[in-house]
Amino acid sequence: MEQAAPDLERPLQPAPLEPLGHPDAGPEAAVGEEAEGAPDEEGPGDRTMTENNFCLKKIEISVSEAEKRTGRNAMNMQETYTAYLVETRSVEHIDGPSVLTDSLWRRYSEFELLRNYLLVYYPHIVVPPLPEKRAEFVWHKLSADNMDPDFVERRRIGLENFLLRVASHPILCRDKIFYLFLTQEGNWKEIVNETGFQLKADSRLKALNATFRVKNPDKRFTELKHYSDELQSVISHLLRVRARVADRLYGVYKVHGNYGRVFSEWSAIEKEMGDGLQSAGHHMDVYASSIDDILEDEEHYADQLKEYLFYAEALRAVCRKHELMQYDLEMAAQDLASKKQQCEELATGTVRTFSLKGMTTKLFGQETPEQRESRIKVLEEQISEGEQQLKAKNLEGREFVKNAWADIERFKEQKNRDLKEALISYAVMQISMCKKGIQVWTNAKECFSKM
Amino acid sequence: MDMNSLSPTMPTSPLSMINQVKFEDEPDLKDLFITVDDPESHVTTLETFVTYRVATQTSRGEFDSSEFEVRRRYQDFLWLKGRLEEAHPTLIVPPLPEKFVVKGVVERFNDSFIETRRRALSTFLTRVADHPTLTFSADFKVFLTAPDGELSAHKKQGPGLLSKVGRTVRAAALALRGVRGRPEEFEAMSGFIEAFSQKMGLLDKVSQRICKEEREYVDEMKELGPTHALWAELEDDLADTLGGVASCLDRCCQATERRLRGLAEALLPVLHEYVLYGEMLTGVMKRRDHIQAELESKVEALTYKKADTELLREEVGKLEDKLECANTALRADWERWRQSMRLDLTSAFAASAERNVRYYEQCLATWESFLATQSDLYAKEPPEDKP
Repeated sequence: MEQAAPDLERPLQPAPLEPLGHPDAGPEAAVGEEAEGAPDEEGPGDRTMTENNFCLKKIEISVSEAEKRTGRNAMNMQETYTAYLVETRSVEHIDGPSVLTDSLWRRYSEFELLRNYLLVYYPHIVVPPLPEKRAEFVWHKLSADNMDPDFVERRRIGLENFLLRVASHPILCRDKIFYLFLTQEGNWKEIVNETGFQLKADSRLKALNATFRVKNPDKRFTELKHYSDELQSVISHLLRVRARVADRLYGVYKVHGNYGRVFSEWSAIEKEMGDGLQSAGHHMDVYASSIDDILEDEEHYADQLKEYLFYAEALRAVCRKHELMQYDLEMAAQDLASKKQQCEELATGTVRTFSLKGMTTKLFGQETPEQRESRIKVLEEQISEGEQQLKAKNLEGREFVKNAWADIERFKEQKNRDLKEALISYAVMQISMCKKGIQVWTNAKECFSKM
Repeated sequence: MDMNSLSPTMPTSPLSMINQVKFEDEPDLKDLFITVDDPESHVTTLETFVTYRVATQTSRGEFDSSEFEVRRRYQDFLWLKGRLEEAHPTLIVPPLPEKFVVKGVVERFNDSFIETRRRALSTFLTRVADHPTLTFSADFKVFLTAPDGELSAHKKQGPGLLSKVGRTVRAAALALRGVRGRPEEFEAMSGFIEAFSQKMGLLDKVSQRICKEEREYVDEMKELGPTHALWAELEDDLADTLGGVASCLDRCCQATERRLRGLAEALLPVLHEYVLYGEMLTGVMKRRDHIQAELESKVEALTYKKADTELLREEVGKLEDKLECANTALRADWERWRQSMRLDLTSAFAASAERNVRYYEQCLATWESFLATQSDLYAKEPPEDKP
């Protein structure tokens, strides 16, 4: 966390033409080193980058509508799904009018496809999460049904938020597939699949293996991984508690509605108290119904927390990638070291470590000098190749660490800003709730005092 | 209860003046103060029971001293109530707390049960003391002053068991017969009592339900603050804000508990007392009806019997007077009761509303002072719905 704030205007891509630190880098060299680099305009592949600068100043993106559709799925069975209207507007100058440039319909699975693509091609970026697929952490009045209009509405907002986050990311906003997502309705899925990104994805098993076996990951990433685990755990817990509290609060408010009913009935048999009781009853009804708006606002706060719950997973993905690369590097270095050792042993004739060749030599006799020469030659070639590869891997690893950490710093600032804002707006919500309460109960008290 | 606010609300026609019961000899200032406290449990071979200390302070001449302290058990209170009802069948004697809780916890010696009962017993005695007629009851005086052993002796006096049984049998026969011409005003009164009892029962239930919901709300809310505090430990920049939110939630949680306590201690007992008052009033109506039924049956007997008409006429005359007195007493006490009911209930609900206002004010202050500490960011937020 001692890294300087990254220059976000520079495209932070791997730069292959760098002078290196150490030619025969061992695994230790891959940890915590910063390679200075000249900025390079290249991306993960020329065809995936675009000239269009989709930074938020120039365009506006909105997911403005949701529509129920029926269609046939891959197995030719009828299904119902929701489609969302994605509109893009360009703004000529600040505060100027916006012009609708693109408008198309996307369903949730297409958003997922886009995100999965981004995850593969930008492993060093903390990729913004999608809103949840199924409603979780619901309190009883909220529906867990995917077709429920409130859920659809909240998901619409979540999807819009996702697109806005991607569009405001200095690197992701220039991705061509993202651009096509916003501008080309038909054939988009085919184009994405043609990139073959699924094949490039790291297997889960490989990643898991690396996590367990990596010896020297960058400490910052290890800490970050722990942090993201704990963040996920604490936010889940918070969301669950909040849902239960919301449930109970709803109960308290609604039961007061019964007061309203009984006061009204009671007022019918009273003379002097009749009017007062009616008014008091009315205030109780107002109190009881005020909870609906209050909890709707709170749901918005829960959604903000949920986004960062899912962001924790994105953080972990970056850490996993680092571990994978680091492990790969360590394996390559180990392999190189053992080859060098073999070469040395062959050259000097001493056997320091156990090797199958050494064993068979002992059993079946020494090999001829010619045989040994040729083996040494092969090994020397392999060593040379290995050294090149290690150099490249080392560089790749260092670039990844540098770029990833830069994005992580950006993410941290964003997270702190967003969550602080969310917590403050929660406080504002509570204040509003208290003010409503004061008003209602002051009115009720007046009714009773006058009776 | 404030007796000074009462004024006789009877029409002041010359005829009715004769029968009007004026509460003119009400003292302007209270001269009898009673407290009930210090519950003690006693264990004997036959039973376990609780006694309460009943302490009286008075400046009245009829009392031998100005201070008394006795110990009484629930049975003694029951006895007193029975005597008052007998002596004044159509006066509204205040209710006693129930014998035991049928639903829920049947534990008679549970602390909160004893406390609730203690308060209700205290209220009972105070109401008797404030009643312009009942306060001068001889049995009341004995209850307050007789040393503990003497009370049981005094209880044994009064109508014997057999005559009590005889009366009950007669009462049953009359109840079967029913009352014929209940006057309009008592018909209305009876209708009111029925509806009122039902409404009080509902209010009692609603209030208890609110207590239950608030209890569960507090229990869940207790976790909210600590969860935010736990999160604060993970963070650097956010720790401050999260910690602030955590402490606000803790404070609001405490305020909620205070509100809940207030509800349980102040509103529920009053509502419950008026539920029981409903039963008392029904009893009073029954007894009034009983007197009228007695008269009617005697009148009927007079119509059909040929012998002893002189005696019967005398008895009818007595019963007519008795009914007249009973009705008048009830009328006056009814007005009195209505006034104090109105006062008790409106002030209990007003106090409850005030508690709620204070609760929300406390929470508001907590959150606003938190926002002040976050002023750098808050200043950028547009102020929302400021009144």
